[in-house]
Amino acid sequence: MTAQTIIKHSLRIAWKDLMELFRNRMGLVLLIVMPLFMMVMVGFIYPSGGASLNNMPIAMVNEDAGFNGSYLPSQTFFTTLQSINDQTGMMTLTTASSLEEVTDLVQRGELSGGIVIPSNFSQSILSGEQGTIIIVTDQSNPQISATINAVLSGVFDGMSTAMAQQNVLLMNPTLNQTTALAVVKPLTVQSQGVVPGNPSYFDFIAPGLMAMTVMMSVMTGLPVAISHEKELGTMDGMMVAPVNRLSILLGKTLAQTLRGLIQGAIILALAIGIFGVAIQGNILLVFALLLLGVFSFVGLGIVITSFTKDQETAQMLMMTLMFPMMFLSGVFFPIQQMPGFMQAISHFLPLTYAADALRKVMVLGAGVSQISTELLILTGFGVVMIAIALPVFRKMMTR
Amino acid sequence: MDNGNIIEVKNLTKTFGKFTAVDDISFSVKKGEIFGLLGPNGAGKSTTLRMLSTLSQPTKGTATIGGYDTVKNDMQVRKLIGIVSEKMIIYNRLTAKENLYFFGNLFNIPKDTLNKRIDELLELVKLTKFKNAQVGTFSTGMRQRMNVIRALLNMPQVLYLDEPTLGLDPQSSVEIREFIKKLNQEQGTTVVLTTHMMVDADLLCDRIAIVDHGKIIALDTSTNLKKIISGADTMIINLEIANLTPDILSAIKALDCIDAVTQETAAQLRIIVHGEDAFDTIVDLVRKRGGKITSMSNLQPTLEDVFLHITGHDVRDTVAEKISTERRRFGAPQARVR
Ligand SMILES: Nc1ncnc2c1ncn2[C@@H]1O[C@H](COP(=O)(O)OP(=O)(O)OP(=O)(O)O)[C@@H](O)[C@H]1O
Ligand SMILES: [Mg+2]
Repeated sequence: MTAQTIIKHSLRIAWKDLMELFRNRMGLVLLIVMPLFMMVMVGFIYPSGGASLNNMPIAMVNEDAGFNGSYLPSQTFFTTLQSINDQTGMMTLTTASSLEEVTDLVQRGELSGGIVIPSNFSQSILSGEQGTIIIVTDQSNPQISATINAVLSGVFDGMSTAMAQQNVLLMNPTLNQTTALAVVKPLTVQSQGVVPGNPSYFDFIAPGLMAMTVMMSVMTGLPVAISHEKELGTMDGMMVAPVNRLSILLGKTLAQTLRGLIQGAIILALAIGIFGVAIQGNILLVFALLLLGVFSFVGLGIVITSFTKDQETAQMLMMTLMFPMMFLSGVFFPIQQMPGFMQAISHFLPLTYAADALRKVMVLGAGVSQISTELLILTGFGVVMIAIALPVFRKMMTR
Repeated sequence: MDNGNIIEVKNLTKTFGKFTAVDDISFSVKKGEIFGLLGPNGAGKSTTLRMLSTLSQPTKGTATIGGYDTVKNDMQVRKLIGIVSEKMIIYNRLTAKENLYFFGNLFNIPKDTLNKRIDELLELVKLTKFKNAQVGTFSTGMRQRMNVIRALLNMPQVLYLDEPTLGLDPQSSVEIREFIKKLNQEQGTTVVLTTHMMVDADLLCDRIAIVDHGKIIALDTSTNLKKIISGADTMIINLEIANLTPDILSAIKALDCIDAVTQETAAQLRIIVHGEDAFDTIVDLVRKRGGKITSMSNLQPTLEDVFLHITGHDVRDTVAEKISTERRRFGAPQARVR
């Protein structure tokens, strides 16, 4: 059996598998809908910082009694807040009469939170003390709660800086505005990305999702495709032909890889077209990385194939493996957010490196030399796993 | 091969864990013969065929096809054989032609030859009209015909058929049987088929191996197998008792001259007996118990009777009782204790 024959047979088998795939309308629809669904789900539903939260109902309570009936800092505060909110649309601001009312409305679920200015606010400030503002949040929704806290703290911070600046100027009229600001707030932060633009959560998630889909499609598709044919009995048709077992494996892998790449391309198209993701790096490198990812997973797919007798087991096993893999590989959350032992596990998952490298290329515009470590690790994974898998597979095929 | 045997099986054994599915069987099949493996469900027929077609490795023993060992020379063996297995080896989403083309390619048949052969084979089973239709739309009979010609793409010297008429209507069964016969006569293809249906075995096979619990318990031509019964002083009696009661039935079974009793209908029994005075003994007994005999006749033995006679149980999963005491007289192997 020459290598040429092995490859010829595997191409035939891949062609046959793809024919079956393309003639299966339902399967095709799922093939396209699945990545779309994934994108929309994780992209829209998964909280992606403050940006996606809007129209949170927030009540303002002004109990401020003022000071000598003159200037009310609390008014300034509300005006500022209102003008900021007009731009972001994050909150729907209403007014309420007291802290008790706000608490009650939050408990009823009619408000996401409230801002209460106590009666001594103006007095404290104008008499040289610190003014306090109370923020009421809905603790049953930590996401919203944290957002409100962050946003309002930002507003207060800005306001107190401005007020302090005014106070400094009052105390020492010889200073100019800038110097006054530097006295109040000697440090400021300016953050600058490696590439221009402001990446969204989609930019973070699209590469990982692509890597995951393509690699999973091989890891799950291969055992399912093979056990499906074993169950149907059609596998015997290939096995009684003078065909090297390697051809069967290779053909099936090819077909599944192509299927995965099609899905990956769909995700990419959706990411660019609908979700406005920009690709900074070389698109060929993106696909090359996906292929390498597949290579690193093939062995695992084969091992699983060898140990599963029927399609049902194969599918169940896949589910069990897929979920932890999905979350541990930093596709949805940065690995750095995870507890130590989880991070340790993630280092053993090829998906981690594939997603990471892909992200570097797609978001940061990295080239081959900048992802050489990942490339090396993925190749190593692939070689080792295949070396383990082939003998196992051979044994399984002649049971 | 030197002695005209295309298949030689020696001490072939297959175990699954502790369970022995095929138990040390040996036989040979002559070139151009139609050889049948007849036995009930779970007898080990399919497992035997799978070993003979390199799909499964024997636990012990060897099998050679055309002189090639099924384990050591599996690739050579595969070129010589075609298999029609229990499950149809056919892709529903591919057309008739695409299916045949795919499998033909796996046998490295040159394109032109393959196209010609596909057309011939489709014509042979009257499927030419459906050449470009997806197989999923075919009837069971059509699919089975596809399944059979798929196995013939490489013009095998040996064709294995595992329950080829299973699930087919009588009409399609006849068609398949005639096709197999024709193939055997015209191409000289050696055929090994498994079946649990007596007609298949009776009508098709030159020789039949009766298999039970993984062992071959008898191997001969259909005629000779039947002689096991008709040659000895054994008879098959059809007995109809209008008022058959369990009491009468058990009394009959208890008789010395009875080998096996199958209850066919509420009033009808099929009895295998031995001894010259068996007829009288039964009539006397039934009368004494108040039974009313409405009909009693002598039947030609069928393979079913032979099976029942040697194994003591029915091929079909109907109730069959065995009276084993007399069985050894006929040289049948000892009943296995279960
Ligand atoms: N892969 C396997 N693992 C475990 N047991 C098996 C396997 N294949 C077959 N057997 C068992 O071996 C026995 C023989 O099976 P086989 O399929 O050869 O029977 P058969 O004679 O073809 O019966 P049938 O008429 O039902 O097709 C059965 O009891 C079956 O359960
Ligand atoms: Mg069987």
